[in-house]
Amino acid sequence: MEGLLNLTARELSGKIGAGELSVREAAEAANARVEEVEGDLNSFVTTTPELALTRAGRVDERVRNGGVKPWEGVPLVVKDVLSTRGVRTTCGSKILEDFTPLYDASALRSFGESPVMVGKSNMDEFAMGSSTENSAYGPTRNPWDTNRVPGGSSGGSAAAVAAGEGWWALGTDTGGSVRQPAALCGIVGLKPTYGRVSRYGLISFGSSLDCIGPMTRDVRDCALLLQATAGHDPRDSTSANVEVPDYLAGLEDGVEGLRVGVVTELMDERIDAGVREVTSKVAAGLEAAGAEVGEVNLPHAYYALEAYYIIAPAEVSSNLARFDGVRYGLRVPADGVHEMYRKTREAGFGAEAKRRIMLGTYALSSGYYDAYYAQAQKVRTKIIEDFRGAFSRYDVLVSPTSPSVAFEIGAKTDDPLAMYLQDICAVPASLAGVPAISIPGGLSEGLPVGVQLMGDHFTEPMLLRAARAAEQAANFRFSPRP
Amino acid sequence: MAEENALQTQERRTYQAVIGLEFHVHLATRTKMFCGCRVTYGEPPNTHTCPVCLGHPGALPVANERAIELGVMAGLALNCDVSRRAVFARKNYFYPDLPKGYQISQFDEPICLGGHLDVPLGDETVRVGITRLHLEEDAAKNVHVGTSGRMHGSVGSLVDFNRGGTPLMEIVTEPDIPSPEAARATANHLKDILRAIGVSEADMEKGQLRCDANVSIRNPDGSFGTKTELKNMNSFRFVEKGIARELERQQEILESGGRIEQTTLHYDPETDEVHELRSKEFAHDYRYFPEPDLLPLELSGSYVREIGDRMPELPDAMRARFVEHYGLSPYDAAVLIADRGLAAFYEEVAAEADPKQSSNWISGDFRALLNESGTDVGGSRVTPGHMVELIGLVGDGRVSRSAARTVLDEVFKTGDRPAEVVEREGLGSVEADELDGVVDGVISSNPDEAERVRNGDKKVVGFLMGQVMKATRGNADGGRARELLLQKLSS
Repeated sequence: MEGLLNLTARELSGKIGAGELSVREAAEAANARVEEVEGDLNSFVTTTPELALTRAGRVDERVRNGGVKPWEGVPLVVKDVLSTRGVRTTCGSKILEDFTPLYDASALRSFGESPVMVGKSNMDEFAMGSSTENSAYGPTRNPWDTNRVPGGSSGGSAAAVAAGEGWWALGTDTGGSVRQPAALCGIVGLKPTYGRVSRYGLISFGSSLDCIGPMTRDVRDCALLLQATAGHDPRDSTSANVEVPDYLAGLEDGVEGLRVGVVTELMDERIDAGVREVTSKVAAGLEAAGAEVGEVNLPHAYYALEAYYIIAPAEVSSNLARFDGVRYGLRVPADGVHEMYRKTREAGFGAEAKRRIMLGTYALSSGYYDAYYAQAQKVRTKIIEDFRGAFSRYDVLVSPTSPSVAFEIGAKTDDPLAMYLQDICAVPASLAGVPAISIPGGLSEGLPVGVQLMGDHFTEPMLLRAARAAEQAANFRFSPRP
Repeated sequence: MAEENALQTQERRTYQAVIGLEFHVHLATRTKMFCGCRVTYGEPPNTHTCPVCLGHPGALPVANERAIELGVMAGLALNCDVSRRAVFARKNYFYPDLPKGYQISQFDEPICLGGHLDVPLGDETVRVGITRLHLEEDAAKNVHVGTSGRMHGSVGSLVDFNRGGTPLMEIVTEPDIPSPEAARATANHLKDILRAIGVSEADMEKGQLRCDANVSIRNPDGSFGTKTELKNMNSFRFVEKGIARELERQQEILESGGRIEQTTLHYDPETDEVHELRSKEFAHDYRYFPEPDLLPLELSGSYVREIGDRMPELPDAMRARFVEHYGLSPYDAAVLIADRGLAAFYEEVAAEADPKQSSNWISGDFRALLNESGTDVGGSRVTPGHMVELIGLVGDGRVSRSAARTVLDEVFKTGDRPAEVVEREGLGSVEADELDGVVDGVISSNPDEAERVRNGDKKVVGFLMGQVMKATRGNADGGRARELLLQKLSS
């Protein structure tokens, strides 16, 4: 059984398909690993060992009859921001402590009736944070060093994959929440093009930015999990009605002749030297593999973080209004409805959620809207234009994913601005809606460094091919930790 | 001194009302604005809900295409410019009947802008400007449990989400309605138009058409006075009465030297009074911003044209056409077009029978039968073919006008052809020879009366006619019988 944990999701899927292994055995192995390391890591808000076995049994029956998709049998970790029918979904918040959704998120619809799910992974409350310390269910620890954070907000998903508590995971990325924890935990994380994966059932943070993305052991697994989740959904008006290509088809075709630009603005002194070094090495590796590597500017990238921290809070201030104690979730009884709202939200939301609600409410207020929200949207347009310019000359852009390796738990909790800076490299792609992937590029200070590759809208096949080449150049081998 | 006062008072009395209306109209769609739940009335609470209209976490809205089409139709009917691009926006506020904590509405880029409505008022027409028309979702319904049924004094509140998410169209007029009567006429005319084009049932009692009014009195220098907003006028009559009462109230305040406070008022038809609503609940900064869960609507010229081409004829145009084409009086035309089904029925009949006779039969006897039995044209057994046949029978003198009424009753009941009914019931007109004999008989058995007619006393003709009808059990053609009588008594 131990050996199973070293397989990639595709290898595991191959063995299941060949009848060498049952889905139930895979689920048992994942459950055992969760049992073993969960006490140290706290990757999950809710583990679902029985459910995983029951559903594994059902997939096994179908495997015998044929027609099971290659991803269905591989046990999956699901971030606790995705609605799962019958399994409580907390968003890392006290306000949804006892909330059980009535339906599954659309991103899970290709997993038969329901995925073979190991559990619901921990996260910063409502996906707001970069360390998973903003969870009402305690922080998740980094499997590389349990004194350090796994990144966030999809820190639970990243830690679970890095530790082998499942072969792969779904995270969500609004301003780096898939890519930064993937980087800090030494795994692959993709934020697809906005609209590529349906958001229906993803509990909204920043609706114009939110993307569901795979978090996997390598790029091939990433391509397969994207295949499982991508596609148009009539329930999500912002999901793109664009054909889904075969993401595995040209994956190994290499980068010969591909034009790769390293983003100058994301390689300055705000980025740790060790991180820059690894990034440069990966770029050099792509060049050695036949790519044409140059430097590219995204002049407005410097303003991306500021714009992001107006747009995302503005949207979340409205998105979190539904948690009012009237229909579901926490309700603190009080005299009169207004007092009930106040007490419920006071008790139900953590400090970061409250901070962003206040920021967003302010930015949308009459008299301030033009100076903040409208201005931020103009900056967003500038950044989209920057990318358009860059992609007229380059196929793929390269930068670090995060300015530093994993930091110690508690190091930034008293300084929100320092925490927000974790997102400087990730946020431009989020604002532009373009796909971006983080791959482990190597180590710095003994900890993994993520390198980010960005492509134009809906160029995931090319982006994954470049990431695959970068992954091979970096020669970073996955094995479950600790 | 006294004279001066009187003058001032007189001057103050030339008050000019400034009235603008805001309508909320339930669109006649099968499903809700942003989800697939059915739109219903009077069903058990919370039986037509889903994660979307309950505002469950992660659920997303999808705009109802039919609602957009109906919005465009209404805009065209009200002579508006249909926007090339319309944007849904979130209107943020907390209330238990608002499950998401925001209402999806339209703000600075509504679906239609700038139109007008020509409202008939007595013999005149008042042109009322339309500022804008936008689409949004209705809130759910709060039910306050307790003695009064209103929030004050209730012991608890329940929410029924069946109504939540019902497609709603808001229509805002310019403040150029001159009087409470004109306001009522505007509401009424709008209802007629919306019904005619099938955009809404617009039943005020069912809450499908709701009307608020902005009311003020113009300052002596012509500028607008402070306005108040009047809510809850849930019938056409109350629109007129409520506004009249509010104008009266404002006038009293101004006459006693007071100032009008900008506020929101509630009209109570039972006491004919307006009450101030707690202003706190309405003092909001709604923090509008574009709804990121929905893409902007792109309404191409060809899309709008195509809807325009398919749109049913508007009441004004139809009335004018009936007058022009069929030679009906404006009144008769209005009676027919008030019911679209009846108007269509009429047009089929008038294509083959005398238009004037058709109008008389349809808006008279036939409509009375429909009203009595509570059926509509579509549910009646009488077909346009029946009506054509009946009118033909009367025209040919084969059935008398009065017998024809009996025939229609029978056709209405059985759905049998009029000719069959005439045959079966023996309702045919008395044959010419036979009638001749009957007339002779009546003359000879009423010699005194016959003599008086011969001497020019035409009043007695009626009596003799009555005798003829009695003798033929009403089956004589009245016109012919009268002709015969006069002919025989003229020599």
